[in-house]
Amino acid sequence: MYGKGLRALSLTTALAVALTLAAALYWAPNDAYLGFLQKIFYVHVPLAIITLCGFVAAGLMAIAHLRTGDSRWDVRSYVAIHISLIFGVAVLITGSIWARGAWGHWWVWDDPTLVSFLLVMLLYATYQPLRFAIDDPERQARYASVFAVTAGVFVPVCFAVVRLGPSYVHPRTLDNVNSNLPGRMQVVFYLALVSMTLLWVTLWRFEITAKHVAAQLRALRGLLTEQADDAPARRSAAPTLTGVGSET
Amino acid sequence: MIAIAPLPLHTAGPYVAGAYIAFFLIVLAYVAIMAAKLSRNERTLRELTEQVRRRSEGGDEENGRR
Repeated sequence: MYGKGLRALSLTTALAVALTLAAALYWAPNDAYLGFLQKIFYVHVPLAIITLCGFVAAGLMAIAHLRTGDSRWDVRSYVAIHISLIFGVAVLITGSIWARGAWGHWWVWDDPTLVSFLLVMLLYATYQPLRFAIDDPERQARYASVFAVTAGVFVPVCFAVVRLGPSYVHPRTLDNVNSNLPGRMQVVFYLALVSMTLLWVTLWRFEITAKHVAAQLRALRGLLTEQADDAPARRSAAPTLTGVGSET
Repeated sequence: MIAIAPLPLHTAGPYVAGAYIAFFLIVLAYVAIMAAKLSRNERTLRELTEQVRRRSEGGDEENGRR
């Protein structure tokens, strides 16, 4: 029952996102330096954090797949990367808009934070083509998991290296030395972080549920038409679920 | 450092609105794609239900003839 509790989760997420939006725009004070423009912070930074955490989570799910051989872990990892990529695109767009307003440029190639995030995104952009390039579903799942683990390790390493290096234009968020988020800003930031996490989890569960329903329908169609084993499988980057009928 | 002086509200407003709208549009596009997939699943389910119904009606007729 993958859809169990999804309605309550969706409602909570919608409420949290609405509350975050209202708090960010009306309750949090304007930044002394950036003014109203700093409001982008409440959507851009939590999205970036959740994107990177999502990639790491996908790596952990891929480890579970490699250890158990259970195709459900492959699906979970695949969906985690998919949702994180979508969030990552939102990070790049909101970041570019903010950069244009604050620095007068859509993109700054000299800054390691921006370029490293782009590198991570480009790395994960190869995930789907990699899957699509492999015909055999089992081999596809295995190779994809190895990719997810390797890339999942690269993400925190890349993040740590960038944090250790000098910052050019992109500010450091939640820096131990110069943490200067005042009370209300901090509350709204953590609220935004929670609501973006909820959004990620909701979308992830939504897609997992949809994938399982589709797989169950395919299995049912196969049973009814009795052509399941004869029909040639369509080439796809999406993971194949095995033993769908037995799972709940 | 490329940073410039803080923008006034009327100048910063469109950037903030643009960022938030972009974020919501991305989420909306994703939900719309998922909704399209859901309706495809619904259609498949209808077809399968119809197949089962026809099959059971055929079975009933066969039993009736016997």
